[in-house]
Parts: sequence; C-alpha cells; structure tokens
Amino acid sequence: MGQITLQGVQKSFGPVHIIKGADLDIADGSFVVFVGPSGCGKTTLLRLIAGLEDVSGGKILIDGRNVVDTPPAKRGLSMVFQSYALYPHMSVRGNIGFGLKMAGLPKDEINRKVEAAASTLNLTPYLDRKPRELSGGQRQRVAIGRAIVREPKAFLFDEPLSNLDAALRVQMRIEVTRLQKQLGTTAIYVTHDQVEAMTMADKIVVLNSGKIEQYGSPLELYERPANLFVAGFIGSPKMNFVTGEHAKQQGAATIGVRPEHLKIERDGGGGWQGTIAVAEHLGSDTFLYVDAGPLGMLTARYIGELSLHAGDRVSLLPDSARIHRFDESGNALRR
Amino acid sequence: MARMATTRRVVVSTAAAWLFGFLIFFPILWMVLASFKTELEAFAIPPSFLFFHWTTENYATVQERSDYFHHAMNSIIIAGGSTLIALLIAIPAAWSMAFSPTRRTKDILLWMLSTKMMPPVGVLVPIYLIYKSFGLLDSCIGLVLILCLGNLPIVIWMLFTYFKEIPRDILEAARMDGATIGRELVYVLTPMAIPGLASTLLLNLILAWNEAFWTLNLSTSNAAPLTTFIASYSSPEGLFWAKLSAASTLAIAPILVLGWFSQKQLVRGLTFGAVK
Ligand SMILES: Nc1ncnc2c1ncn2[C@@H]1O[C@H](COP(=O)(O)OP(=O)(O)OP(=O)(O)O)[C@@H](O)[C@H]1O
Ligand SMILES: [Mg+2]
Repeated sequence: MGQITLQGVQKSFGPVHIIKGADLDIADGSFVVFVGPSGCGKTTLLRLIAGLEDVSGGKILIDGRNVVDTPPAKRGLSMVFQSYALYPHMSVRGNIGFGLKMAGLPKDEINRKVEAAASTLNLTPYLDRKPRELSGGQRQRVAIGRAIVREPKAFLFDEPLSNLDAALRVQMRIEVTRLQKQLGTTAIYVTHDQVEAMTMADKIVVLNSGKIEQYGSPLELYERPANLFVAGFIGSPKMNFVTGEHAKQQGAATIGVRPEHLKIERDGGGGWQGTIAVAEHLGSDTFLYVDAGPLGMLTARYIGELSLHAGDRVSLLPDSARIHRFDESGNALRR
Repeated sequence: MARMATTRRVVVSTAAAWLFGFLIFFPILWMVLASFKTELEAFAIPPSFLFFHWTTENYATVQERSDYFHHAMNSIIIAGGSTLIALLIAIPAAWSMAFSPTRRTKDILLWMLSTKMMPPVGVLVPIYLIYKSFGLLDSCIGLVLILCLGNLPIVIWMLFTYFKEIPRDILEAARMDGATIGRELVYVLTPMAIPGLASTLLLNLILAWNEAFWTLNLSTSNAAPLTTFIASYSSPEGLFWAKLSAASTLAIAPILVLGWFSQKQLVRGLTFGAVK
C-alpha cells in the first residue's frame, strides 16, 4: 500500500515562503509527476514527503497515518537522487543491499533479493564493482535497484534522468515506467521535462512558485488547462495567446489556441493574416512562426511537410471548438 | 610534433620536481652527514661532502650525555596525547559545523583560525604564570594541554573541509535506506571520512612532534621532549655542530619513518579537494 495525502503542507526557509499550502491526493499504485519551472519548489515538496525536510505546517498522510514527525528512515519510502548518491565505498551489491541490511534481514535473503533486483536491471555482471567503475547509466540503474529492492510504499524520484544523454534518457524513461507498472508501487517523479511528464504520468501536478496550479491526467491538462500558466506550460510548442478585440468577441480577456489547432491557409482565406518570419521543416512536422501584426507572433504546426517559406503570407484559422478562454485573472472560462 | 612537445614538457617538469625536491631535502641530508663527522670537520670550510672520517662517536656521546629514550618517550606521549585529545574534540565540532551549519559557523571558523595569527610569545608570560600556579610546569599533562589547544583550530579546519566534501545526498540516501543516526555514522560517514581523519592525525602528529616554542619554554627535564634534547646541544658556549646534528637526526628519525610509510595519506591530506 502506498497512498499519500498532503493537507495544507507549507514550508518556509527562514522568512522565505517556498511551499504555500499544498493539497494533494495520490492514489495507491499511481505514477504522479511534479512539473514546473526551475525553482518552483518541486524538489522541496518531494523532500518534505521523504522527511528530509520538516514541514512548517500541514499534514502528510501515508496510508492514512500522519508522518510529519516520523523520521525518513521510518516512512517506508525510497528515493532516487539526481546525483545518484551511491555509497562510494561499497560495491554494487552493497549499495543495493544496504537498506535490507539496515532492516536486519538475514544475509542469504539479502543476497537473493539483491540478485533478483540486479537481474531485472541488467546489473548482474557489475555486482562486485564499485560505483566509480560504472557508467552514468549503470549508476542510475544501481540507484533504482537500491530503491526497488526494499519494496517501499512509494518511490520518490528527483530528476533521475537529467544527467543522462538523450538516447539513454528515452530508454530509461520507458524502463522506469515499465518497472513501476510491473511492481504496482506508487511513484512520485520530479522533472522539468515536459515529454517525461506527459509520457510517464498517470497524473501530473503543475507547480508554480510553490503553489499547485493544477492536478490531473496529462490529457486533462492538455485539453482543459485550469489557467494561463498551465496552458502555457503544458504543450510544445507553447500555446498562442491573443488578447484584445478577438478575445472580447469570444467573451474572454485572453484566448489561447495551440499551434496544432491553427489551420494554415495561403493568403486570402479568412482568419488571422500574417507573414511567415521563420519556417521550420522537420519532415514529420512543419512549424511556422508568423508575424500577425497587432496579434503578435503566432506559432502554427502542420503535421507533415508544407512548402511555405519565410516571407510568404498566410492566414491562420483557429479551430473554434478548441479555443481556450481565460478571464482577467487568468483562470479558464468553461463553456 | 605534439607528442614531442609533451615529452619535452614531461622531462622538464620531472627535472624541476627533482631539483626542487633536492633543494628541500638538502638541509636534512647535510644534517645527517654532519652527524657522522668529527666536530672539526663539521664546520670546516670548504666543507667536505662525502670524503671525511666517518664516525659514530657523536651518537655515542649524545646518548651518554643525555637520555635519548627518556626524551623520545616524552615526545611520543606529548605528540600522541595532544593529537588524540584534539581529534576527540575536533570531530564532533567539525561534524556539527559541516552538517548543520548556522549563520555564525563561518565566523566561528575564522575566529578559531585567528588565534593562530597571534605569535605564541605574546601569551608566554600569562601562560607561564598560570602553569606555575597550577603546578603544570615541566609536566607532560601541561604540554599535552597546550599543544592540543594550539593545534585544535587547524585540526578542526582540516576535518571541517573533509566532512564538507562528503555529499549530503549520500547521507540522506542512507537515511532513506532506513539507517539510524548511529548506523549512518558507522556504515557510511566513517568509512568515507577515514582518509581525511588519517591525514589529519598524521599531520597533527608531525606538527606536535616538532613544536619547539612551548615545549622549550614550559619544560626543563622531567617532561622535556626531543626538541629540548636537541636544543641542549646548541649552547652559546661552544660549537657542537656534529653533536647537534646527531641529536637532531635522532629526534626526527621516528617521525621521518612514520612520514615515509604514510606518504600517500599525507599527500592526499594536503591536497584534499584539489585532487580526487
Ligand atoms: N535549504 C534551503 N534554504 C533556503 N532556500 C531553499 C533551500 N532549498 C531550496 N530553497 C529555495 O526554494 C526554492 C525551491 O527550490 P527547489 O529546489 O524545490 O526548486 P525545484 O523546483 O526543484 O527547482 P529545479 O527544477 O531547479 O530543481 C528555490 O527558490 C530555492 O532557492
Ligand atoms: Mg529540483
């Protein structure tokens, strides 16, 4: 079991208020990703759950029990650090088995479990090496092995893949997701990589300067962002925002249209007129950055190749069913 | 081309290192050689380098006139004792400053170091008087105490820098792995800190062994360590260079042997942070 609930969790470092009251319900077995810009408090929130920092206010419940006064060792969670944080003086075997040793398991049982974990992670040939004799990806696996072998209530990951190169990152992303589904253990995963967030999460928590902006499934966040921040943060390239006359016509202060929801037509059609400033041809997609005069710069995405070039005039037609409307304070208006 | 340039660089820097090493080693070599000369040869000009009458008579005289083993024992007690006590005090101090620093930690560290900026002779009179009234003059306890206090700032600084280098993440990982503070200490921190502890211990041992100001001023015979033993041969009445050299060679021999066998630790200790 690993159900985690936050109730009004706050954290200040001295006079600085970092986490401003977080409420969250994480279901047992789900994969929850914290995303947000740098410095918004993702790591801090994760460390509060881990017990590595003390809360300044609020409650953290694990399986219904308030753990704010429980030391990290007793919370039954395991953590994978961005820096891996392997014990440099211990072999891979010692690293993975350390938690079991602390729990007082007999030697042969530790060995059995360590070997099982190592074989899941393809680490068997390296069991007797020291961490410094491993590559970055292998170290990362050891750190994950150390987390899974203890069969914790939940895994906490703090940007575990950010030190790996792009190809390995994709591979590990898939492996971590597969492993989590296979074990059925609750996971909280911090990242600022959108693609990781969208692909790995059952549910995403979008954080912005210490506040939870929205909590929902990836598609919910994509289709129904709760406010301007989430709308701008989720989706790549970023959503286009238009204010003024066009927004007023829709009864909103700001309207937002995703680049993929703008229909591109050669000059002369209806919609928003503009000149292409930059055209990016990726083969699979075409991205157009269009200078639309009073509307500002707009980004449009076409699936496939579109032979338009910088300087061409185009008109962009927003898909009326997929226009997002926001009020003055930036909150989404529902139809 | 590039390879030739690097080869030349290696040759030049190796030669420079040997030359520099020899320059530093020269006085010690000279002292050892002088200890095997007769008194006349010892200050003959021009000096003879290897072709003189080799004799061990100085060593015999020195041992006869003053009890080497008595002084050596005192040195061991004083250097060893002061180092151990300093470590016992410094470990928890450096520990808390490295792992739970407060706003004032930096100031405290600087303040401790500042005590080393004052010349010891500045407090000789008050310390002497205090020692006199407490009956600590010429006692091993008194010397252990003063050397321990004198070296404490350096020991704390060294340990602080070692502990600082241990990544917090690793300690936190141990905590997440279910280790209590005690087990975190035994299984994670201590093994990682051992090289640092060892080099601090060695360096402090050498510093205390060679310390001459307090040992000369606060001891006469009972507690006199090897520094006093050497000093007794540099009397203003006459020149006893050969005997002085013999005494000095005897005095530094134990620490030289210790240093030789622990070179690796020492180098690691002195370059900590620069080389990993
Ligand atoms: N121990 C601390 N003392 C004071 N301020 C801190 C401390 N730890 C974090 N902060 C501050 O809290 C804020 C949030 O930090 P946090 O590390 O949680 O950000 P993050 O969302 O993880 O960012 P990143 O994506 O860059 O890792 C930052 O402004 C940081 O300066
Ligand atoms: Mg972070």
